[in-house]
Amino acid sequence: MSTPSTTTPLVALDDASRSFGAVRALQNASLALRAGEVRALMGENGAGKSTLVKILTGVDRPNSGTVLVDGEPVVFHSTADSRDAGVAVILQEPTLFPDLSVAENVVMGRHPKRSFGRVDRPAMKKTVQGLLDRLGVDLDPDRPVQGLSIADQQIVEIAKAMSFDARVLIMDEPTAALSGREVERLFGVVRALQERGAAVLFISHRLEEVYEIASVVTVMRDGEVVHDGPLSELPEDELVRRMVGRDVTQLFPKSEPKIGEVVLDVKGLSREGVFYDVDLQVRAGEIVALAGLVGAGRSEVVQAIFGVDRATEGTVTMLGNDLPLGKPTAAVAAGMALVPEDRRQQGLVMDMSIGQNATLARLGDMRSRGLLSPKRERAEAERWGERLQLKYGRLGDAVGTLSGGNQQKVVLAKWLGTEPRLLIIDEPTRGIDVGTKSEVHRIIDELAGQGLAVLMVSSELPEVLGMADRVLVMFEGRVTAELSRAEADEERIVRAATGRVSAPATQEIA
Amino acid sequence: MSTIAPTAPAPDRTPSSPRSEDSRLKAILGRWETLILALIALVFLIGSGISSEFLTGESLTTGSSDFTEYAILALPLTLIIATGEIDLSVASVLALSSALMGYLWNQGLPMEGIIPICLVAGALCGLLNGWLVTGLGLPSLAVTIGTLALFRGLAFVILGDESVTSFPTGYTDWAFGNFAGTVVPNTIVLFLVLAAVFAVVLHRTPFGRAIFAIGANREAARFSGLRVNRIQLRLFILSGVIAALAGILLTLRNSTAAGNVGEGFELTAIAAVVLGGVSIFGGTGTIGGVLLALILLGGIQKALNLDPDISTYWVNIVFGILLIGSVLGPNLAARVREARRINSRGTRPPRPGRSAAPQSGPGGEGNSNA
Ligand SMILES: Nc1ncnc2c1ncn2[C@@H]1O[C@H](COP(=O)(O)OP(=O)(O)OP(=O)(O)O)[C@@H](O)[C@H]1O
Ligand SMILES: [Mg+2]
Repeated sequence: MSTPSTTTPLVALDDASRSFGAVRALQNASLALRAGEVRALMGENGAGKSTLVKILTGVDRPNSGTVLVDGEPVVFHSTADSRDAGVAVILQEPTLFPDLSVAENVVMGRHPKRSFGRVDRPAMKKTVQGLLDRLGVDLDPDRPVQGLSIADQQIVEIAKAMSFDARVLIMDEPTAALSGREVERLFGVVRALQERGAAVLFISHRLEEVYEIASVVTVMRDGEVVHDGPLSELPEDELVRRMVGRDVTQLFPKSEPKIGEVVLDVKGLSREGVFYDVDLQVRAGEIVALAGLVGAGRSEVVQAIFGVDRATEGTVTMLGNDLPLGKPTAAVAAGMALVPEDRRQQGLVMDMSIGQNATLARLGDMRSRGLLSPKRERAEAERWGERLQLKYGRLGDAVGTLSGGNQQKVVLAKWLGTEPRLLIIDEPTRGIDVGTKSEVHRIIDELAGQGLAVLMVSSELPEVLGMADRVLVMFEGRVTAELSRAEADEERIVRAATGRVSAPATQEIA
Repeated sequence: MSTIAPTAPAPDRTPSSPRSEDSRLKAILGRWETLILALIALVFLIGSGISSEFLTGESLTTGSSDFTEYAILALPLTLIIATGEIDLSVASVLALSSALMGYLWNQGLPMEGIIPICLVAGALCGLLNGWLVTGLGLPSLAVTIGTLALFRGLAFVILGDESVTSFPTGYTDWAFGNFAGTVVPNTIVLFLVLAAVFAVVLHRTPFGRAIFAIGANREAARFSGLRVNRIQLRLFILSGVIAALAGILLTLRNSTAAGNVGEGFELTAIAAVVLGGVSIFGGTGTIGGVLLALILLGGIQKALNLDPDISTYWVNIVFGILLIGSVLGPNLAARVREARRINSRGTRPPRPGRSAAPQSGPGGEGNSNA
């Protein structure tokens, strides 16, 4: 539309449609990526962004429409094809080989070779180390991907996309689990690519990131492109209106907390080599945030509290009762819930239906006269689906057919439905769109108001500052600061998260 | 609760949107079971062509009772395979139970005492399998190959090469007899009761749901607070008990206890489970499908046995082909469908205004809040 169309786009999609049964994921969508331009792709959960990306990169094929490279129609059969055309892609969900090392994953399919086709391991390691340094992350190229947090996996995916001379870089929510520092590094790399004349497509539900990096924007709604133009002409509220079709208040709905008894009491929790000597308490009605950089050990701590990982030392007490370490069933019985960061591996059973997933953590409640009652399951799933504005076809559909953000909502529904006393959420709004984000925040705030204790891991500073009554900051496996709501600000958190401790407000932790 | 009430009704929530991957999956499964049914009809047709004896009550009685043990072994195997594990030792547990029965009978114990002892022995075998798999984290395939040899060996240690045949006629008559004047053998009635119980447990209880969750994604099942290890341990114990029961029935039906009975039974039972639509990787399957597969395999065996010119090896060959076909079939079908979808692009002009129509008519399922 108003984009300067002097140059032929490096990669373009022309009039593409894709349906899944009756769901029209993409309808007559067109989009052009030009040299030196960073384009944002915006839209609600389920708007069709990932579908567009998959078609553009050969992961999926459209029902109609064409992909153009330098103005010529092409058919990509896989990401190997698109890569050969100079297109690098970071898909929404990491697709790494868990048994291979970080380095092997990064250079997958393009190993540096020595004579007789042997893999040149030192060269491979050096290249990958260089990439990781550039992204500013401390990750051992030789360690297997198995066991990496989602954020680290996302870093590996980014390194993989950076590892060859891409003319076009396509990123589907690369920053969803990253904290400010990693995002800045990523943007630094993106800008360097842009200056070299690469075209970039960027998807994110964090508006401030989009305004920082992108110059043009494509907005999608219900599978259709509804807007295409320079970002500078589109103020934030207008952009949101085009995405969602209504106004959204982005203020955090924080009400005055009514803090009660101690619900969770963790003392001296350690796991050799991962985190050390973590003490924390969460009281009824209180929202405590764990902030920190990627790799600081936050997810590992909450997984040990919940018992899916075993801590080597320390105690976890729920409402005065000691919990056995390493027993999630006991944790659930004691009223704990964990919304994990990795929804595909840990949060959901992808092949089971939406309804079955939403009730999996409380099968006992779904019985009537001893047998599972499909009626009750459906009613419960519907109740939460409505509350979280879940976008789905039928409750019997496999949860894997939902868009990323809608899958996240199902995980939330699954655990909120158990009516826990303590809700642990690892990245509560990872991948959730602006419209629903504030709804999720509102629900958390409301439940806290009813006496729920909340422990939240979040990489999004505004979320931490807006929601938390207390902030614990972790750095390299240790809690380095504890800040009250009044004390917490961006600077103090960032300082503690990067190891520059002893900010004046840092308290001795009991 | 509406700080942000949607101005427009949320699209796609409409329950009328039919046809999703899932209903397509169901359609395939539906088709799968239809296919088995068609094969059963074919086998019965061919069977009655081979011999006029095939479709008689007498033939139904012998054919089905000959298949009792496979059928009973297939029930707990269905559950174990649905969790993504396997138990190859079932036929050896069956033999151990048979040998133990013969040994204890020789020692002069009454049947009322022998039967519970055999069942407990089966449970212990299952406990060993389950502990090695869940307690030590060993792969069930390797563990149960080992115990397959181990339990069979124990059976020979207990009874040696001899066989015991002098069981009380009260018991053997029951095992050999038919149910209340029908042509249906007592043992098959027992199997049907068990099958009903297994179907309810698998499809209508939290335990059954947990089985599928474990098979489809073990980690997510753990993160949901399900007792993954305990459930798997219980399934192995259950498998041992049921295998011991099958051993008792086989011993009584043949009035013979020996250490060499039931060799290779595990393969036929597993074939029935996989042919019945239970994914060998876990996560899906139905008892109903397994029942159909058992009827098909039983029918084939009976038909081939009726023709004196056909060597019994043919039974194995046919079973083998069916098994490979059952693994290959769904794969091929999925590929053909995908290829068709992509090719269909060319035949329709990709023009704006033409809304992308669903590739196929509305699916059967329909209303989500019916
Ligand atoms: N394999 C599939 N089978 C059925 N429906 C699908 C499939 N993949 C996507 N869909 C549907 O297509 C629509 C668009 O999904 P898509 O993943 O492109 O959304 P998105 O814009 O990326 O959303 P999000 O912000 O949540 O990631 C959704 O309604 C989704 O349910
Ligand atoms: Mg997406």
